[in-house]
Amino acid sequence: MSKQKEDIRIGFYICHCGHNIGSVVDVPGVAEYVSKLPNVVVSKDYKYMCSDPGQEMIQKDIKEHKLNRIVVASCSPLLHESTFRGATAKAGLNQFFMQMVNIRENTSWVHEDKEQATIKAKDLARAAVHRVAFHKALEKKVVPVNPDVLIVGGGIAGISASLTLANAGKKVYLIERDATIGGYMAKFDKTFPTLDCAACILTPKMSSVLKHPNITLWTWSEVSNVDGFVGNYKVTVTKKPRYIKEELCVGCLACIDACIYKQGKFYDEFNFGLAKRKPVYIPFPQATPQVVVVDDKTCLHFKTGKCQQSCAKACDRNAFDFDQKPENVEINVGSIILTTGFEPHNPVKSPNYGYGKYPNVFTSLEVERLVNASGPTEGHVLLRDGVTKPKSIGIIHCVGSRDEKTNKWCSRVCCMYSLKLAHLLKEHTDADVYNFYIDMRTPGKGYEEFYDKLLNEGVQFIRGRVSEVTDWATTDSEKGKLVIRAEDTLIGIVRRIPVDMVVLSVGLEPAKDAQEVRKMFSISCSSEGFFLERHPKLAPVSTFTDGVFIAGACQGPKDIPDSVAQAGAAAAEVLALIDAGHVELEPNTASIVEEKCCGCQVCINMCPYTAISFNVEKGKSFINEALCKGCGTCVAACGSNAIFQNLFDDEEILSEIDGLLVE
Amino acid sequence: MADKPKIKLAVYWGAACGGCCVSVLDVHESLFTVVEHADLVFWPIALDVKYKDVEEMPDGNIDITLFNGAVRTSENEHMAKLLRKKSKILIAYGSCAHMGGIPGLANFSNKEEIFKRVYETSESIDNPNKVFPATETEVKEGKLTLPKFYNDVMTLNQVVDVDYYLPGCPPQTERLVEVFMAVVTGATLPPKGSVIGVFDRVQCDDCKRKKSDKKGITKFYRAWEVVDDGETCLNEQGILCMGPATRGGCGVRCVEGNAPCRGCYGPMEGIPDPGAKMMSAIASMLEGKEQDEIDKAIESVVDPAGTFYRFSLPGSILRRKQK
Amino acid sequence: MQSTVNNNENWTPRIVAFFCNWCTYTASDLAGVSRLRYAPSTRVIRVMCSGRIDPEFIMESFAKGADGVLIGGCHPGDCHYSEGNYKCLRRFTLMQKYAEQMGIEKDRLRLEWISASEGKKLQEVVNDMTDHIRKLGPSKIKEVVETIVK
Repeated sequence: MSKQKEDIRIGFYICHCGHNIGSVVDVPGVAEYVSKLPNVVVSKDYKYMCSDPGQEMIQKDIKEHKLNRIVVASCSPLLHESTFRGATAKAGLNQFFMQMVNIRENTSWVHEDKEQATIKAKDLARAAVHRVAFHKALEKKVVPVNPDVLIVGGGIAGISASLTLANAGKKVYLIERDATIGGYMAKFDKTFPTLDCAACILTPKMSSVLKHPNITLWTWSEVSNVDGFVGNYKVTVTKKPRYIKEELCVGCLACIDACIYKQGKFYDEFNFGLAKRKPVYIPFPQATPQVVVVDDKTCLHFKTGKCQQSCAKACDRNAFDFDQKPENVEINVGSIILTTGFEPHNPVKSPNYGYGKYPNVFTSLEVERLVNASGPTEGHVLLRDGVTKPKSIGIIHCVGSRDEKTNKWCSRVCCMYSLKLAHLLKEHTDADVYNFYIDMRTPGKGYEEFYDKLLNEGVQFIRGRVSEVTDWATTDSEKGKLVIRAEDTLIGIVRRIPVDMVVLSVGLEPAKDAQEVRKMFSISCSSEGFFLERHPKLAPVSTFTDGVFIAGACQGPKDIPDSVAQAGAAAAEVLALIDAGHVELEPNTASIVEEKCCGCQVCINMCPYTAISFNVEKGKSFINEALCKGCGTCVAACGSNAIFQNLFDDEEILSEIDGLLVE
Repeated sequence: MADKPKIKLAVYWGAACGGCCVSVLDVHESLFTVVEHADLVFWPIALDVKYKDVEEMPDGNIDITLFNGAVRTSENEHMAKLLRKKSKILIAYGSCAHMGGIPGLANFSNKEEIFKRVYETSESIDNPNKVFPATETEVKEGKLTLPKFYNDVMTLNQVVDVDYYLPGCPPQTERLVEVFMAVVTGATLPPKGSVIGVFDRVQCDDCKRKKSDKKGITKFYRAWEVVDDGETCLNEQGILCMGPATRGGCGVRCVEGNAPCRGCYGPMEGIPDPGAKMMSAIASMLEGKEQDEIDKAIESVVDPAGTFYRFSLPGSILRRKQK
Repeated sequence: MQSTVNNNENWTPRIVAFFCNWCTYTASDLAGVSRLRYAPSTRVIRVMCSGRIDPEFIMESFAKGADGVLIGGCHPGDCHYSEGNYKCLRRFTLMQKYAEQMGIEKDRLRLEWISASEGKKLQEVVNDMTDHIRKLGPSKIKEVVETIVK
């Protein structure tokens, strides 16, 4: 199906990409081969096609040789398609007359056999030369960008991004599923390496969010549906029933005192169960907003219907409403930032460390609460019995990190927070503190210095992975203690260290519902389950879905400074989108040739976006181009050959197939 | 008109059932009009004209040849080539010449299999000496010859250059008269290679049955398994109808007679494969996301290749069953 | 044409691979970035969605000399366009039944769900498919098609 029209003049450019392509593919050989293909006027190879001189070469040739089609064989179109389209357009040629050939990601990086890789590169180049002849001049569709922004997740990343955007005058919807914003940071006592109090730096930000006129904060809410596309998303937020009229509650907490349960009786999520709470509660004193929440799973009214509702009676503002139902609110935004955070590793999955079996094995997050002055023990580090102060403490690094059995990745924050906890525990208890580590990873400003400081504070460091924590004493001194067995790889012996308290430095995992969130926002996850960025280096907060950005630990384990930095980056990306005022969409939409449409309506069900509708009067179907996202499913379904798709039309794909195979 | 010379018309059949020739007769009284404008110079079913007579004609002597039937034997091929040479306009007439037609279904087998079945294992055959047709057989009286039976059935254009295609099994007679009159009156003819006597739309466009976007088919039925309500789109009732991917021109005759369209008019222009689009459209009407649900629905399409390529296997992209 | 098994070991089949832009094409980029080595058999044609793949593309590939056709889409439930991969699955299942009737060996036509993160799976699928096709030897479809058209 080669298009033998005389007016097709193709310029072919193949890139060495330094040695990336050139060391495997015979680049000049491919250029020589392509120069002999029909319609090819110019065929050149160059060290770096994406560089300025490379692009200028294309532009010069377009003018000099009157080229009207361009083929660039280099890297993946997902990386540089826009670059070469831009170069093509600069020379006055329609940018869609350019076709890319992927001979790097697809070829030179994955094959060693030079001969076969070169054959493959020739096949792919020939396919593009065939295809490009069928390309049509197209214009990108320009759509306005709604300047409002949705931010999902009210941890430190979400808070930072919200404030940056709100301060720039943009309207932000911040959605948080818990009853308060603050995320994990709100649970920490101090932050490394500066040891400044987490609450002191976080709570002012939380109240700024609440007070900010440009921020609409919805806690106890979840996103339940997302429609639309970059610049024009329609999002449904489900507000879960809090059983409190939020606008009336002033956070006096009189209802909590009045609850029929005189003492807290239920698992307190904020304190990881180290404390108990009532059915009506506020997660922590500085919770934002200062609005109580009624837990309908434990509240007597919901369980039996027979409670006298002393809480509601104690409320002098009549804020209680036990009849509240989930409420769906639809909002329109132009861009979305996901800051949905992480899930700490559940150490029950690492049974050799005895968590859940020995009461005095704690997770690092539990210890964060124990050392916190406003925590369940008011900052007194006590064993699970609630009275005994530990005299010796072992901190085990890499629980659920760098481990074939659980998670292979390094969670990046554990070394530093373990050092911080070692410091705080030493300070609070003066106990003997042992750190069991595999490698000490402290890259970060002031981090290595912090490690140095700890080395001089009398904290013990034992290099080796702990094999187990046991209560099986082999000597009298081990009796009644937890024994940590580990190989000390620096002196080459197995050591047994008896301690009163074991702290497991749990790693960071993707949030439990990361997959559902990913699907809802049409983004991808990398193999370990964190959200996938568009490019690990060049587009770290973008996703493959335009207008959806990611920041913080939902993208991968990271500490507070990095989360805040990413939040800023995501906010900047959003601002760029808003300030441009419009986005250009790929014109790969489908359309129906009216005369050919027979009105069978097979296509209508193909479209997930209800872009196709049937005109009863005309007996024909029509595609609303604004709703079409260009998947092409309807094109394949049409028996009448009445639907075509820009950039991926039958003749383009068929000519590509023929070009690939027919030498 | 009387002083205008009559045009010379030929009709020939290759591997065909004879239905196409009958469709030419179906012009009924219009035959008088035809004869008024044309001399029938060659038509084996109706006239006693020998091959030799055709061979002796000067090249391009015939104005129009309607070649019906597929190319199955060396005789078919010889005649196709001969008539090509002798004709100004060669029309592939009917589904067999156009796409291979029903004889084309033999491309699911090969020559050996066909001979074995027809001359050996068929229930009504008694052939203890295993005598098979041969191109040459010595007999007392001399040498007997038969045309060579090819391994594959071919469409006309796979053997010779074809000017126009007039599809159908058989073609609608009105369409034939229209085409004939166009030539006679000297109207501008469509570009070479065109499919003529058809509409530029598929069957559904002319079909009066009620159609909706509610396809959601979970099972296909064979015609005897369900009672057609007479008014709803057959596909929506689970009766596999080729209408959505078959070119109009016949007047939706099968569906008007409450039988599903079988696709004899072939695909729309620009579609390289006659069955592929229909397969795609049919699969697009299915419901089900789980593999077993889908398998169950597909299972009810008993013979996809035979169904979607009933008239077009040799003219399809893959041409025949692989060996 | 090579036909014996011994010859096939050094023979590289040509597999036309239709990959969806969002999952499998991205996975093949990932395989590249991760330098995962695999057989140089595939020739990728990028489409936006596996739902775009027309049975005609598959037939055309075989008729023009492909030894195999591989389709890669997003996992069920993961389609960037919501449900295009299901539509692909329905067409593919019918196409597969047709291909079987047409005498095309099953191993020559394959559909795989490969997500953007599954560079490793892409490597495994390509290698596995290449091995299977090597055992079958070169496809004769093109030859057959060409002998018919004289």
